Amino acid sequence: MSQFLDRLKYFSRIKSTFSEGHGIVTEEDRAWEDTYRNRWRHDKVVRSTHGVNCTGSCSWQIFVKNGLVSYEMQQTDYPRTREDLPNHEPRGCQRGASFSWYLYSPHRIKYPLVRGRLLDLYRAEKASGKDPVEAWEAIQADKAKRDSYVGVRGLGGFVRSTWDEVVEMTAAANVYTIKKYGPDRIYGFSPIPAMSMISYAAGSRYLSMIGAGVGSFYDWYCDLPPASPQTWGEQTDVPESADWYNSKYIIICGANLPMTRTPDAHFMTESRYNGTKIISMAPDYAEYVKFADLWMPVKQGTDAAVFMAMGHVALKEFHVDKQDPYFTEYARSFTDFPMQVILEEVNGKLVTGRFLRASDFDKNMGEDNNPEWKTVVFDSKSNSFVVPNGSIGFRWGEEGKWNILEQAAGNDIEAELSCIDSKDSVVDVTFPHFNPEEGDSLVRKIPTRKLKLANGDEVMVTSVCDLQIAQYGIDRGLGDNLASSYDDETTPYTPAWAAKITGVPAADIERTGREFADNASKTRGKSMVILGAAINHWYHNDMNYRGIMNLLHMCGCVGQSGGGWAHYVGQEKLRPQAGWAPIAFGLDWNRPPRHMASTTYWYFHTDQWRYERVEADDLLASTAKAKYRGNQLADYNVAAQRMGWTPSIPQFDQNPLELAKEAEAAGATDEAAVSDYVANKLKSGDLNFAYEDIDAEENFPRNLFVWRANLIGSSSKGHEYFLKHLLGAQNGVLSEGTEGEACKEVKWHEKAPVGKLDLMVDINFRLNSTGAYSDIVLPTATWYEKADLNTTDMHPFIHPLGKAVDPAWEAKSDWQIFKTIAKKFSELSEKHLGVQKDVVSLPMQHDTPLAMAQPFGEVKDWKKGECDLIPGKTAPIFKVVERDFPSTYAKYIALGPLMKKLGNNIKGIDWNTDHEIDEIAVLNGTIKEEGVSKGMPSLAEDIHVCDAVMRMAPETNGEVAHKSWTAQSKKTGVDHSHLYKGRQDEKITYRDIVSQPRKIITAPTWSGIESEEVSYNACYTNLHEHIPLRTLTGRAQFYQDHEWMLDFGEGFCAYKPAIDLKTLNNVPDAVKNKPHLVLNWITPHSKWGIHSTYQDNLRMLTLFRGGPYFWISEEDAQSVGLEDNDWVEAVNDNGATTARVVVSQRVPNGMAMMYHAQEKTVNVIGSPTTGKRGGILNAVTRTVPKPTHMIGGYAQLSYSFNYYGPVGSNRDEYVIVHKIEDQDVDWLERPLTPEREAQKNPPGINN
Amino acid sequence: MIFENFLFGVYPYIAGVVFIVGSWIRFDREQYTWKADSSQILGNKGMVLASNLFHVGIIGIFFGHAAGMLLPHSWWQIIATDVQHQYIAIYAGMVFGGMAAIGAALLFYRRISNERVKAVSRFRDNFVILWLLLTALLGLNTIFGSLHHAESGDVSTMLVLAEYVKSIATLSVDPTLLAGVSYTYKLHMLFGMTLFLVFPFTRLVHVWSVPLTYLMRPYQIVRRKRIKTHL
Repeated sequence: MSQFLDRLKYFSRIKSTFSEGHGIVTEEDRAWEDTYRNRWRHDKVVRSTHGVNCTGSCSWQIFVKNGLVSYEMQQTDYPRTREDLPNHEPRGCQRGASFSWYLYSPHRIKYPLVRGRLLDLYRAEKASGKDPVEAWEAIQADKAKRDSYVGVRGLGGFVRSTWDEVVEMTAAANVYTIKKYGPDRIYGFSPIPAMSMISYAAGSRYLSMIGAGVGSFYDWYCDLPPASPQTWGEQTDVPESADWYNSKYIIICGANLPMTRTPDAHFMTESRYNGTKIISMAPDYAEYVKFADLWMPVKQGTDAAVFMAMGHVALKEFHVDKQDPYFTEYARSFTDFPMQVILEEVNGKLVTGRFLRASDFDKNMGEDNNPEWKTVVFDSKSNSFVVPNGSIGFRWGEEGKWNILEQAAGNDIEAELSCIDSKDSVVDVTFPHFNPEEGDSLVRKIPTRKLKLANGDEVMVTSVCDLQIAQYGIDRGLGDNLASSYDDETTPYTPAWAAKITGVPAADIERTGREFADNASKTRGKSMVILGAAINHWYHNDMNYRGIMNLLHMCGCVGQSGGGWAHYVGQEKLRPQAGWAPIAFGLDWNRPPRHMASTTYWYFHTDQWRYERVEADDLLASTAKAKYRGNQLADYNVAAQRMGWTPSIPQFDQNPLELAKEAEAAGATDEAAVSDYVANKLKSGDLNFAYEDIDAEENFPRNLFVWRANLIGSSSKGHEYFLKHLLGAQNGVLSEGTEGEACKEVKWHEKAPVGKLDLMVDINFRLNSTGAYSDIVLPTATWYEKADLNTTDMHPFIHPLGKAVDPAWEAKSDWQIFKTIAKKFSELSEKHLGVQKDVVSLPMQHDTPLAMAQPFGEVKDWKKGECDLIPGKTAPIFKVVERDFPSTYAKYIALGPLMKKLGNNIKGIDWNTDHEIDEIAVLNGTIKEEGVSKGMPSLAEDIHVCDAVMRMAPETNGEVAHKSWTAQSKKTGVDHSHLYKGRQDEKITYRDIVSQPRKIITAPTWSGIESEEVSYNACYTNLHEHIPLRTLTGRAQFYQDHEWMLDFGEGFCAYKPAIDLKTLNNVPDAVKNKPHLVLNWITPHSKWGIHSTYQDNLRMLTLFRGGPYFWISEEDAQSVGLEDNDWVEAVNDNGATTARVVVSQRVPNGMAMMYHAQEKTVNVIGSPTTGKRGGILNAVTRTVPKPTHMIGGYAQLSYSFNYYGPVGSNRDEYVIVHKIEDQDVDWLERPLTPEREAQKNPPGINN
Repeated sequence: MIFENFLFGVYPYIAGVVFIVGSWIRFDREQYTWKADSSQILGNKGMVLASNLFHVGIIGIFFGHAAGMLLPHSWWQIIATDVQHQYIAIYAGMVFGGMAAIGAALLFYRRISNERVKAVSRFRDNFVILWLLLTALLGLNTIFGSLHHAESGDVSTMLVLAEYVKSIATLSVDPTLLAGVSYTYKLHMLFGMTLFLVFPFTRLVHVWSVPLTYLMRPYQIVRRKRIKTHL
């Protein structure tokens, strides 16, 4: 009753004793215990997860108390796995557990914010009687006014405003931009939809409806491995983490599992208990090294050499010295090993040319449908050349033969791998080589057959297998005296040769290669390679990756459970993609949307091309035909756009709405006529692609939306160029940028544009480095405040983001934010835009017949007169889309009519979806408001959208699985129905997954299956269901025969060292004359951040240094007198970043490692060299695109969003690191003076 | 005179009642604030000296005052003459009072100079240590007078003060006893009484909870669960 009175009962306190008086029993008050009970007591628990970037997709319990989120904890109710497999739980890491901090943190954006100067201008213009669009126009028309707010981006100055006001400004800016420049001058950037797909869809739906561009992210992040589309025609498909357990031999390189795949890492540990041998390849003592039976510390960026040397061992011992029966069978049916290649003469040397095709034979060998697209093998049963099923030519225009059964023209065949026993002759073939000081080519003896083609040419042909064995340096007794033994250092690709380059002992490489292959042979392919960012973020990442894929294909691992290629970086699996894409890109109302390859976009619009020091010519192979010799990297990109390979946003130097009007005025009444009009105008030179003069004012990006992203604070590769040219802010670019003048295809402007964007809108729940540079910041719901969907490739379940509490303060969910913007936009466009036609230019798309636009991989440029401009053949296709701008809102909130009119599709398979649309109308209700969408299924609320997505997707609706698989069976001629049969009646709804995550249904969208027998693994259905890979040959390709692939020496995989970016020229002498280090700049994922982004969290900051830091080795530090925790600057011509230095034995000499996304807003000091605030990890990088990634219109090398395109690599970079003395630490905490505002560049930089 | 009567006739009881009732209320209602609020985790530098000086000093002072003032005069006469008694009080007071004052000064300095400690310090934390310091200094200030008394063999002030304290303790306070006592003593006494007044509102409450019984506790204590009858 009373604590005090209780104390007075001192003498009667002891009620009894026990254990001979050593213990007593009392009745003391225990009410204090309730405090601890109440600490964990709550009012409700809601299921949610963490929404962007992290692909963990872990189910979490969110605890709510007194209306506030108090904490979160791992959910442990995943459905069971099969009997012999460990469970998935627990999923969720310490970093996820820290998220609730953000909800009520000082970073939280509580109200709509707008740059104060901009708001003053806008209010003043409106007060003078202008309507919102006119007010915006008046600000943009007056340079002084525009400069006044553009110039202070990144320098604070936000004020609180209201939703009405900022949404009106945003909509007005959109309307003005569309009217004046065209809708394709508006751009949106948001990554990784799978992690909160409705939020992603909100922005992309609005932008697609108004005709704006939506930017890719996977390629821009350099997480896309272009080698995957090249080899498999597949963006990325990987095993779920549970499948690690089924493996027997795993090599891990560049994917730090315990750190970046924390919730999955237990499968790796369990796999070891299961007897799996694990090899790690990391240059540093990374966390994952601890799993390993053997650590092979490889020099960073040289992984290709190790894997090719292992391939050397596997090829020699399992394909040449003996023919392993399983490997042989696998190579014959699943890879292009037996495909025949024509040898051709280039510069007087015999080199590998294109694949032999049906069209090369008399009467097309009976294959009159797409004969140029059907590759050829030699059948050892009939002893003749035959056209096996499955190449891309069978995919379109005919049915039932697009499969990889070993059949040709209805007969069983056995494709011959090598003609060594029945060769006509042995010839010298030259392969390009890139390792310095070993010559630029390798001459190898190849067994060949002679063949007379239909056109009369006499050629020599050979198999990919024969070529590949020779290129790997294996001696077959043909007289070229290749590798005498594995110790032969001089023959490229032997273990001893690789040891020289990589620092890994030759004996380790040899043993690992042998064990990897031997294990695969004994287990039918249960050898796996797990790989990731650390080997993918290099300029020549394709070589690292293809080196691995080659080894896997030689050993029959891809497509087998427990084996294959496990790429874990930025990969995501938007499982209900087929249901989501129509909503996300507004395909229910208008097709096509405007997609853009972001690397190209940022490379040009942030003017990084003007600073390009990498010469494309230096990258060409010795064997190149090199039609484009003398062109710059930017030129290749412009040519690729013109030829219809890659997208172009903005499209032309003219407003596409004006273009449509003009075409109509000229009498073009239908789409074909408009297309002709555009083609003719392009040919005449009156119309040009925007990128041919990208620095012209009319081609600037004008409005930028960033949501769910940290573009400026993390993924702006070439951060300082973003600040300078795109944003017009204070910047640290230490170079004048005159190199771009050498470009042939891009018009040169002496003075580089600065501050291209009129408006940048950041939609965020925390004020980070991106918000700091924006003009408007809108408060959005956190991951615990909205309904959304979330899936990953790491496990097979779909689960929700749940609304544990209402969005705090004035925040709204992303879906509601864009709905609000759409509403205001619709109102304003009544007067200013109305209904108009829009010409949309579209590159040749993957998974459509347009992927067969340009046969034989020959490059023909209409502008150079090499061919005629034929849209969809030699140039982009031009579509006409009607934009009913005032109905944007009405369309946004309803599922539109095209789903019934055109049906749904994924990966080239179409099906009718009428029934599902009717069901959604019942589920969600219909729109009651007057307008174009009256009576259509509602998408007004977040949960409506979740349910619409799930109802339309085969993964979550068994009936749709049935329809889509049936369509697939028609193409392949194989009955696939057993894959989904048991689940045909299932329909998963949002309420279902709220109660428990649900395992998805096997769908043709993906190449693995959900089953009781095997875990999900990529290419499983290709191997086991005989569905071809979506490549030219229909098989996994060792060989690429496109002209540009051959020009750049990537017909076959070859080891290529890191490229020299030449970025240390302009570093001031003040730095160069003091003790400093020159280090390779390595940027791994963060250990103390929610995946790669959220580290500005008190809990995370408290764990390590509380601000920016990077790691260097102990010896490097000693050599220049650096001590742990010293302030340092890393600087090169791209800019400077400041941080504390972590001196650690973990790191090898010669590299600095800076973790991702250490916010510029948290404890960052000024850079002594630039005089500006130190940057982020990307302040010292600049993106350099690779021409081979721009190829299009050629089977698997065709554009699709986030599927193919240049990648933003950044690990070839070097920096100078030097100490900042304590007395020189400058926090730049001074008022903004006019002088300081005017000095945007570092000292001495004029442009 | 009325004012002095109030100060020395009423104020001691106000302070005493607030001290006891306040402590009780706080103990009953605010169990989670019943603690020493140690800031040592935020900064341990110099604490070995400062904290020990202060605590040893203040405990010595506490028992010194209690023994000197509250024990019956006759008991004292068994072990020492009045003059000796006075000298014991002076030297013990000098030693322990000095320690307490130096310790309090160091602690106060730490509280206002150590950034981390400063950040968590509330007004009452700063106030109470400053008040303790001033009280101790005022106590030391009385030594000059006491020394003069001792040297001249005049112990009357000491006896009067003891009698006055006893009169408070026996609820028969007689402020007139202090008529001839110097203001240095009175000031010290007022500061001392005020300490009792603020006691329940500060970290000083931890004094009540010196865990002496811990030394003798059994190895295992089972706290029986009370059956709640109200729900």
